[in-house]
Amino acid sequence: MLKLFLSRLATAVPSIVGVVVVTFMLTRLLPGDPAAYFAGLAASPQAIAEIRTKLGLDKSLPEQFAAYLVDLAQGNLGNSLSTGQPVVTEIATRLPASAELTLFALILAVGIAIPLGVLAAVKQGTWIDHLCRIVTTAGVSLPVFFTGLLFAYVFYYLLQWAPAPSGRLDVFLSPPDHITGFYLIDSALSGNLEVFWGALRQLALPAISMAIFSLAPLARMTRGSMLSVLGSDFIRTARASGLAPGTVVFTYAFRNAVLPVITVLGMVFSFLLGANVLVETVFAWPGIGLYAVNALITSDYAPVQGFVLTMAVLYVALNLAIDLLYGLVDPRVRLDS
Amino acid sequence: MNLLRHARYVLSENPVTGLAFGLFAMFLVAAIFGPLLAPYNPLQSNAAMALKAPSAAHWFGTDQLGRDIFSRVLVATRLDLAIAFASVILAFMLGALSGVAAGYFGGWTDRVVGRLADTIMAFPLFVLAMGIVAALGNKVVNIVIATAIINFPLYARVARAEANVRREAGFVEAARLSGNGEARVLLGHVLPNIMPIMMVQMSLTMGYAILNAAGLSFIGLGVRPPDAEWGIMVAEGANFIQSGEWWIALFPGAALMLAVFCFNLLGDGLRDIIDPRQRT
Repeated sequence: MLKLFLSRLATAVPSIVGVVVVTFMLTRLLPGDPAAYFAGLAASPQAIAEIRTKLGLDKSLPEQFAAYLVDLAQGNLGNSLSTGQPVVTEIATRLPASAELTLFALILAVGIAIPLGVLAAVKQGTWIDHLCRIVTTAGVSLPVFFTGLLFAYVFYYLLQWAPAPSGRLDVFLSPPDHITGFYLIDSALSGNLEVFWGALRQLALPAISMAIFSLAPLARMTRGSMLSVLGSDFIRTARASGLAPGTVVFTYAFRNAVLPVITVLGMVFSFLLGANVLVETVFAWPGIGLYAVNALITSDYAPVQGFVLTMAVLYVALNLAIDLLYGLVDPRVRLDS
Repeated sequence: MNLLRHARYVLSENPVTGLAFGLFAMFLVAAIFGPLLAPYNPLQSNAAMALKAPSAAHWFGTDQLGRDIFSRVLVATRLDLAIAFASVILAFMLGALSGVAAGYFGGWTDRVVGRLADTIMAFPLFVLAMGIVAALGNKVVNIVIATAIINFPLYARVARAEANVRREAGFVEAARLSGNGEARVLLGHVLPNIMPIMMVQMSLTMGYAILNAAGLSFIGLGVRPPDAEWGIMVAEGANFIQSGEWWIALFPGAALMLAVFCFNLLGDGLRDIIDPRQRT
């Protein structure tokens, strides 16, 4: 088990190296003078020259890369132009908001997609199957920012069920004491039901928009995988041996069918992390996606670089976790390696 | 002739694919003849007619500057489809060529291409596209480049797998024995042989390329006002959703959805025609 963990960790290392190299290259690819970009649009030539020496942009490329690595090791991602704050602190403050949104959306998506896919496979040809097909085809075509806007219009403006898309919490409520940074968990832990309910109401629309976007590949994979497992010989034997249909489907078929679904989770996370940026823009959710979009609009480059690096490292870590989960669920991987 | 008959058979079995082809034809007409068919000038503002709901005079209503939304959506088809086509073709050229080289020659080529594809896949793709456009500059051509780069691994992977299978095939051996150099065998025999599969990939990723370009312009990258593009129109309409002017964002968004849907169905249909074994 430990050997599996270490071997998977070893495959993550080249990915991290590639991520660091690419994010370094991205800031050196800026058209024109990188120092001018980091100094800002309104900088005088002296300011630009100062920034150039300060950030070491006048040294050779390998020296710059070495300096970049040292900076990363010290947790220095540069400073934001618009706020003057270190990028790493700003990202750390905003990360829990994005994480809460993404995790909640993922739980929603998995909670709907997997039962839907299983039911569609078990009851092939019925209305559930057709619903699953429609969800799968439509979900892939819907732009996530458009779904978010539609929901905001229908549920906030027309039906007035949902609160205004104005961030994590209504202006009249104050955030709970900071334990994890996740408003839902923190308010539940401190027993503050009003804040819990308020946070949940604000979270609902953005999370549902994101969940719909990731439902499609999950449901499609679950349905396909279940169908192929249900048609296999060992299931036929189980049925012939007289096992109850429920046992056959859940204890035997589902456990085998869920394996490709875990593999697809990697791709789903890639979509989710990208959709995160768009949903945060639509609902003014104060996470790192909105932070990066605002930085882009004001041509503030250090936060954008920090954002890309953070998201990439997170994604590599998530893929590692998925690999390990797969190894946990499937004993064959453990025994083979 | 055989392919045409086979295609007709598949279309008759699966009318949805016929619908997809019809939609595709409609989009092509809109893209090519859009500016001629538009009832109003898409860039002409008319402050007196601002924020009017859909009516007989303005089928899709007007936006905050009084521009006719129907004309803008129609004209935007050209820009969106052009961006998507260009990035898909660029991704194909980069990916298919490196992929077949990697699958055919193996060894270092395979390792380099594989490492490149893995490095790109290590990023959440939309985030990487944002980073690339931020680095290269806020222009439409950079959206094309960014979308092509993030689609590169998919093409490379498929091309590599297919070239690998065909490496020892009879027709490849025959081409080699006839005295063709390796490059000629690769480009003149292997690549044309995998073109049908690559065409399926291209139509499947067209939808994704359109979504990507629209997403990037939604957050303000690439296309600038007053250009008409579906993503930027949805972004402009987003400000008015909360005050109830739904038509500004809805129609471009619906056009987006329809286009992506059309290309996804088209890809599925093409895949059914070319390789029936892969039908879901």
